[in-house]
Amino acid sequence: MDFIQDLFDYEFMRRAFITSVVVGIICGIIGSFIVLRGMALMGDAIAHAVLPGVAISYMIGINYFYGAAVVGILSALGIGVINQNSRVKSDASIGIVFSAAFALGIVLITIAKSATDLTQILFGNVLAVRPSDMWLTIVIGVIVLVAVFLFYKELLVSSFDETMAAAYGLKTRMIHYGIMVLLTLVTVASLRTVGVILVVSMLITPASTAYLLTNRLSTMIGLAAFFGALSSVIGLYISNMSDLPSGPIIAMATTGIFILAFLFAPKQGVVWRKLRVNKHRASLGN
Amino acid sequence: MQKAINVKGLHVSYYGKEVLKNVSFSFETGSLIGILGPNGAGKSTLMKAVLGLIPYDGGQITIGDSSLKEMRKRIAYVPQRSNIDWDFPIIVRDTVLLGTYPKLGLFHRPKKADKEWALECLEQVGMAAFANSQIGELSGGQQQRVFLARALAQNAEYFFLDEPFVGIDVGSEEVIINKLRELQKNGKTIFVVHHDLSKVEDYFDDLILVNKELYGAGPVQHVFQMENMERAYGMSFAMAGGLGGGV
Repeated sequence: MDFIQDLFDYEFMRRAFITSVVVGIICGIIGSFIVLRGMALMGDAIAHAVLPGVAISYMIGINYFYGAAVVGILSALGIGVINQNSRVKSDASIGIVFSAAFALGIVLITIAKSATDLTQILFGNVLAVRPSDMWLTIVIGVIVLVAVFLFYKELLVSSFDETMAAAYGLKTRMIHYGIMVLLTLVTVASLRTVGVILVVSMLITPASTAYLLTNRLSTMIGLAAFFGALSSVIGLYISNMSDLPSGPIIAMATTGIFILAFLFAPKQGVVWRKLRVNKHRASLGN
Repeated sequence: MQKAINVKGLHVSYYGKEVLKNVSFSFETGSLIGILGPNGAGKSTLMKAVLGLIPYDGGQITIGDSSLKEMRKRIAYVPQRSNIDWDFPIIVRDTVLLGTYPKLGLFHRPKKADKEWALECLEQVGMAAFANSQIGELSGGQQQRVFLARALAQNAEYFFLDEPFVGIDVGSEEVIINKLRELQKNGKTIFVVHHDLSKVEDYFDDLILVNKELYGAGPVQHVFQMENMERAYGMSFAMAGGLGGGV
């Protein structure tokens, strides 16, 4: 196994491995809430919207994380402002803000630096993870885990029945923006491994796969984290072997696992459902 | 005795359009009150305004002898069934357990006693056998019973139910109304947004009749009168078949 040998031999491989596994886990966790709250499009939007933040950080010479985080959170607020203060519906507000930010980002990056960097930001290059990126990802991972652990009850009740949560006095809007902040952090952490365009696959596909397999939120989060990490490792392995960009490979891995669950999940899988229907029909003598 | 709920001159609007105009009523503790009115009359809006879930333009709302903020944890709310995502990954017993959350507060997890209490509440509505089912696997009536169990788990003083009897089976309807009567006997105050005119007199002692404005609030026999109903419902009242029971 060259892959495992490489992990022992090369520092950059170990960094890539650790970073992508952490990214897979936190994307699965936050993705579970994104999927259940019907915010998948929002996840995609934030991922695209961080781009100008990355470019500006680049221009003024700070870590891309800070600019991306600030712009991501501003976009989330901007979407909320348009949505609540006009008749424009939420999906349209999301589209307006993220396409504008994404366009601005591409222009800024093109002005600032060569096109190679743009490709890396768009599609990820897990082998280029620097030590600072790895530590940042780990810190974000810890923040996400602690936040979800501490506020699990509140996240559960507000995702399931927001009106009840508000009726007993939970600040549901605060929870919403809290999730947006975590989402932004997770997106920024994923930039190196999957890139902005495909972050959404890490956010929603492993979580949706888990959704097909369980009736409990805690199990769903655990499975989503596992599928996320597994996809990352598969992506890293193939990317390392074949010199293909890591983002698309990771996205394809998440999709592969989803298709397996879609077809063969014990209760929800379409194959078993079809078989059950056929059996039932046969028993009725049709 | 202090009135349980006092609402004075309540005005609510959405985007400048008035939905509720100058609504006032008050009820004693231990009342079972139906909120009645045609579609789009603002029944749910009224309930949500009283619960502080939507802002109101004018008026005063007091619950018990304190402000809403202090009362929140003693209020249980059962949403309309159509507002819930029934595919959510949650099983029946955990749904009822949510009722213990308000009293637990931040950072405290439900303990064994809370879980036992939740099961007890589930038993009270005859749903204990379904404790481990995913909520979407239940029938409409069973789902409504589970949500009532969640409200029971809250150990509340005030109950607000939004259209609990819509699209459910007769058995479940009976379980729910009996439970509400029992709560009332124990001094709880209960508001029910309601639709079906034929059962109004059987189910409620008091009534709020609303269609943007208030058309009556008080004992059923005073409010549930032909002329009030015609004024509140307008033309649609005749189409709805009048006061049920062939009045």
